[in-house]
Amino acid sequence: MTETARERQVLDRVDRARQRKARLREEHVTMAHGAGGKATQTLIEAVFLDAFRNPLLEPLEDAAVFGAGGARLAFTTDSYVVSPLFFPGGDIGDLAVNGTVNDLSVCGARPLHLSAAFVLEEGFPIEDLRRISASMARAAASAGVSIVTGDTKVVQRGKADGCYVTTAGVGLLEHDARLGVAHVRPGDAVLVSGPIGDHGVTVMLARGELGIEADVTSDTAPLNGLVAVLRAAVGNGVRCLRDATRGGVATILNEIAGASGVAVVVEEDAVPVRPAVRGACELLGIDPLYVACEGRMVAVVDGDAAESALAALRSHPLGEGAAIIGRAGADPPGLVLLKTAFGGTRIIDVLVGDPLPRIC
Amino acid sequence: MRFVDEYRDADKARALSARIASLCEPGRAYQFMEVCGGHTHTIYKHGLEDYLPETVTMVHGPGCPVCVIPMGRVDDAIRIAEEPDVIMTSFGDMTRVPGGRGSFLDAAARGADIRMVYSPLDALKIARANPDRRVVFMAIGFETTAPSTAMTVLRAAAEDVRNFSVFCNHVRVIPAIQAILDSPGLRLDGFIGPGHVSTVIGCRPYEFIAGEYGKPLVVAGFEPLDILQSVYMLLLQLAEGRSEVENQYARVVPWAGNARALRAIGEVMEPRPSFEWRGLGFIAHSALRIREKYAAYDAERLFAVPGVRVADPKACQCGEVLKGVLKPWECKVFGTACTPETPIGTCMVSSEGACAAYYNFGRFSRQRVREATR
Repeated sequence: MTETARERQVLDRVDRARQRKARLREEHVTMAHGAGGKATQTLIEAVFLDAFRNPLLEPLEDAAVFGAGGARLAFTTDSYVVSPLFFPGGDIGDLAVNGTVNDLSVCGARPLHLSAAFVLEEGFPIEDLRRISASMARAAASAGVSIVTGDTKVVQRGKADGCYVTTAGVGLLEHDARLGVAHVRPGDAVLVSGPIGDHGVTVMLARGELGIEADVTSDTAPLNGLVAVLRAAVGNGVRCLRDATRGGVATILNEIAGASGVAVVVEEDAVPVRPAVRGACELLGIDPLYVACEGRMVAVVDGDAAESALAALRSHPLGEGAAIIGRAGADPPGLVLLKTAFGGTRIIDVLVGDPLPRIC
Repeated sequence: MRFVDEYRDADKARALSARIASLCEPGRAYQFMEVCGGHTHTIYKHGLEDYLPETVTMVHGPGCPVCVIPMGRVDDAIRIAEEPDVIMTSFGDMTRVPGGRGSFLDAAARGADIRMVYSPLDALKIARANPDRRVVFMAIGFETTAPSTAMTVLRAAAEDVRNFSVFCNHVRVIPAIQAILDSPGLRLDGFIGPGHVSTVIGCRPYEFIAGEYGKPLVVAGFEPLDILQSVYMLLLQLAEGRSEVENQYARVVPWAGNARALRAIGEVMEPRPSFEWRGLGFIAHSALRIREKYAAYDAERLFAVPGVRVADPKACQCGEVLKGVLKPWECKVFGTACTPETPIGTCMVSSEGACAAYYNFGRFSRQRVREATR
């Protein structure tokens, strides 16, 4: 057998091993379980899915979609533990509102109402709490939702890090389009709605531990307006929308390739990244494709609708920097490939639990 | 972006690629080892192999600091970290390296206070901020990082910080290359020399490789065009029948190295008689320890370091991979039992490890992708 044939045989074996359900081997939670990569996935499947298993939860999409009294609803929740609480371009408050609004929006739902629960550490300044709440109110108003219920808990000093926020949200599906990572087909186009990595880099630098200064601000924003514009332009040509939060664009593309059984081929040159973000990533040795955004989405649309989707996104203030970054193909299924700016080819894999700082 | 894009220019890469192909003798296979894990990372991250003829193979060497740490040293460090008043500090890569009793991440989950730092100076800062705790820096790396460890010890001594120490695992690149040159069954045509190490030690220490062993060596930078040009320079030497040390990375690497950095290392550290390398075994004079004069900053002296020796797992073939005898995918457990999320061997941990780089970036059949995009 030639070396190439032997290598292909090994690669097929590795691919089969990757299809197998990962086993949770750890006896304790490690920081890797919160990084949004494979370790997080394994923890969710082995503990939560195992305990709660039901058809609505099982797809593990950003929100569950179900019928109630003749309407189709989307329902989601998210916790926020970002440190620092305040950073250029936003704070934990607007992050918590926008994150939940976005999880509903990318399911195709119109966000209606949110809940907000606070875990506060003894000694936390009321002034900061007012600031966070004001920012949540502004974000809710701008997304056209109301915060209609909530909860407050206080724990002793040292038992929490200032303030954690949990939001949940309900949205209404007003069309019968089914969006999801499993609906992508060969020939579809992959778009991002703007420059990637702004939020993650902003928060990492705002922690002040790296000694790097750069003119970047978080991209936190509600995506419901942008989704509406896109849907109005290409309707059922939209296959899948995801907001590129923890794990970044790379993680979403892998979910798509895996769930739809397609190859996703990305052109590195086409991926919009601000120079300051790119520079910081070069210095830190991280890939912007893995850095979190809080107001950007990945949109996969029918290949024929790519240009009209792009034009629609660019017509909205939050989509001015949108770009077509790649295409779905048939082979090799399940892989995300990058055509590097240098002219080579490599894989974009799922992030393996690197201990990155808390960014959301 | 300036200072980056010009070293990633696809047009220049295509031109170099053509010149590389024209230098290859028909029917001859070439094997070049890039010693440094940073080069391995660049090769895979930019897909550089697409520019090399099939007869030119890059062999990934032992220059990934995390990959060569033996499991026993990880266990020793965890024992130190588990002392109730200790804060262990470490580079991020190191936190996932498995010892016999799990990794730093596992020890942290069990209750040890282990913190990620970007520089030993950050560890010193933590020591100043926590005067009632003992802060230990897990020092790893080649001559590249040894100067910053040495400078930190000097600063701690100057400021009389008493609660800071270093668990020193610094290793030296020359004895490792020599061990590889002396290992049986290895056929290499030349070396891509480590760029960052050479900013400290300079180019002279490599001269015996070109002289006594007759293998050309080109010290290279870390951008993809640097490496491609270095491959071209190696092939040119072979075509012209030369065997020399050349410096492709002259924009950063001075021929004589960095005298101040070498002085700092020499002041604080001295070679160990012998040190164990993961997969390569004991290599004489291959590592550094803290000198007696700075004993107050030497964690090995301050703590009861058990000096654990843990045999590498039987299935693990890291040694063969580090020596370049096996390609990552030729290891029996590659990608099945040993993956980046549950690594058995260290080569699968750091993004500079040959197995992790191949798994994360190169785990696909180029032939199949060519067929699919045809």
